[in-house]
Amino acid sequence: MSDNLHTWRKIKSGLASSVATVAALLVITPLGLVFYHLLVSGIGSVNWDFFTHLPKPVGEIGGGMANAIVGSGVLLGLASLIGVPVGVLGGVYLAEYGGARTNAILRFVADVLNGVPSIIWGVVIYGLVVIRFKSFSAIAGGLALGLMMIPLIMRTTEEVLLLVPNGYREAALALGISRWKTILHIVMKTASKGIITGVLLAFARVAGETAPLLFTAFGNRFWNHNLHEPIAALPLQIFTYAISPYDDWHRQAWAGALVLVVLIFVVNTLVRVLTRGRTVSVL
Amino acid sequence: MEIAVTTPAVPPSESVVSRMRPPSRIGDRAFHWLTLAMGFSVIVLVVLVGWQLGRGSQLAVTKFGLSFLTTSTWDPVAEQFGALPFIYGTAVSSLIALVIAVPLSIATALYLTELAPLWIRQPLVSLIEMLAAIPSVILGLWGIFVMIPWLRTYGFAWLKAALGWTPFFGGPIYGPSMLAGGIIVAVMILPIITSVSREILRSVPNLQREAAYALGATRWEVTRIAVLSYAKNGLFGAVVLGLGRALGETMAVTMVIGNTPQIKASLFAPGYTLASVIANEFTEATTDIYLQALFEIGLVLFGVTIVANLLGQLLLLTMKNAMTTRAVQ
Repeated sequence: MSDNLHTWRKIKSGLASSVATVAALLVITPLGLVFYHLLVSGIGSVNWDFFTHLPKPVGEIGGGMANAIVGSGVLLGLASLIGVPVGVLGGVYLAEYGGARTNAILRFVADVLNGVPSIIWGVVIYGLVVIRFKSFSAIAGGLALGLMMIPLIMRTTEEVLLLVPNGYREAALALGISRWKTILHIVMKTASKGIITGVLLAFARVAGETAPLLFTAFGNRFWNHNLHEPIAALPLQIFTYAISPYDDWHRQAWAGALVLVVLIFVVNTLVRVLTRGRTVSVL
Repeated sequence: MEIAVTTPAVPPSESVVSRMRPPSRIGDRAFHWLTLAMGFSVIVLVVLVGWQLGRGSQLAVTKFGLSFLTTSTWDPVAEQFGALPFIYGTAVSSLIALVIAVPLSIATALYLTELAPLWIRQPLVSLIEMLAAIPSVILGLWGIFVMIPWLRTYGFAWLKAALGWTPFFGGPIYGPSMLAGGIIVAVMILPIITSVSREILRSVPNLQREAAYALGATRWEVTRIAVLSYAKNGLFGAVVLGLGRALGETMAVTMVIGNTPQIKASLFAPGYTLASVIANEFTEATTDIYLQALFEIGLVLFGVTIVANLLGQLLLLTMKNAMTTRAVQ
């Protein structure tokens, strides 16, 4: 009787273990499937033309996404002009100055801000910038991405600054170095690798964003020569091509997706190598 | 040099110190205020977003009032705007996503913290982070060209054969549908629920587990009694954070949900969500009131995601507080 019960409990435990194992396998299945299809459908269209040519007009086969790749780079550059200084200095405040209560509030708000859907940023920047200047523009797109980067960078910067031993700060202050110089030259320099890691992660995160660019950067089938005008971006181009009715565009969309995913994974892997032994959450 | 010659009575060290200028406070002050401003920028941003959405939708809010949320006519030509189909679509697709993602994520988190051999844990976590790093638009692309064709011929057909007698799985199968949208959102929120749950489970003190083992509990009983019940609030927080993500998920959903503003019981029927109507129609909004209505949809979306995130973060905080006051490390 008690033996039976014991067996039953053991079976139940084994069952639960196998359910959890299967669940873990199921969770990573989509990753494998997406990667497999990206490779199979995308690799054929990733060629020299893809990186060096403009999109061809509808109906003509071939062409590339050169403008979209450069456009994404420009947008990320613009975004980092806003996101990096604000995020890093905000992180410095959290780690070096803020009191416990202020910090708790700021951290909380930063996390909440992180959860704001990316499409909302597009709408807000449309209202703030696009309507005012009466034109979709690279600047608007960069601003949308930059604002999204702020809470991400702020939190990672804070985390790595807190890892710098207090002894460093005390030693510098004891030598009579003023506090801001201590922070800039000692604390931030010690943590520079971690700060860069955080920035890279934020890059990887916003590089694939489409929703905030739909009505800010808007997309462009040609080169952008003026930051006040619409600009192409890789994710936008993928979206436009994916929902189009043309087979050739679908192939290009797969190729663009493959390139984008590879870029993002390279950055993430780089980060993982940089921070080996420490855990930094990509989320 | 001259100092030492003229005042030999004073010990040299003291003289140097007394003649050094006191460190400038201006740099310190400026830097402090600069970082303070940057730190508080997050609060400014939240207010800015709310203010801009409110300003942009003022006319629509006063014109339609509460009926905006409760009517289901979406007719830009007649300038009649009711957001109910979108609210319904967002709610249903998020619910489907949670039903699929929550058990999978929490079971995976349990596997990662309680079961998996140590060497497997880090690689698996890395894989889950990679899944999180896949852009929404790429998942949407995969959804259109791989998932939907498969669902149409196999998944949905099978579901219809098995559960076709219920209203949820009846009616014609199109492919792009509420269910497809829910599944893709589930994939998007799997990583966040898993990783937050894992953090929570990892913070459960080992003493809890050891105590249960000492009483002769099996592994599952330890998990259930000592780990899950201890981590309940935190796990709930993880789920709510996942819900926050699901509600605002845009690109992938827009690409597979069918984008038809209707309220149908069948999950095989196309739907529409708050986020995807903004994505699709924003640049087509030709009249002021149309644009205002879309801003109001944005306001609704912002409101519900903020509430979900606040709730989720608060639940995680209660977990952390419980940890600092109760945990014996």
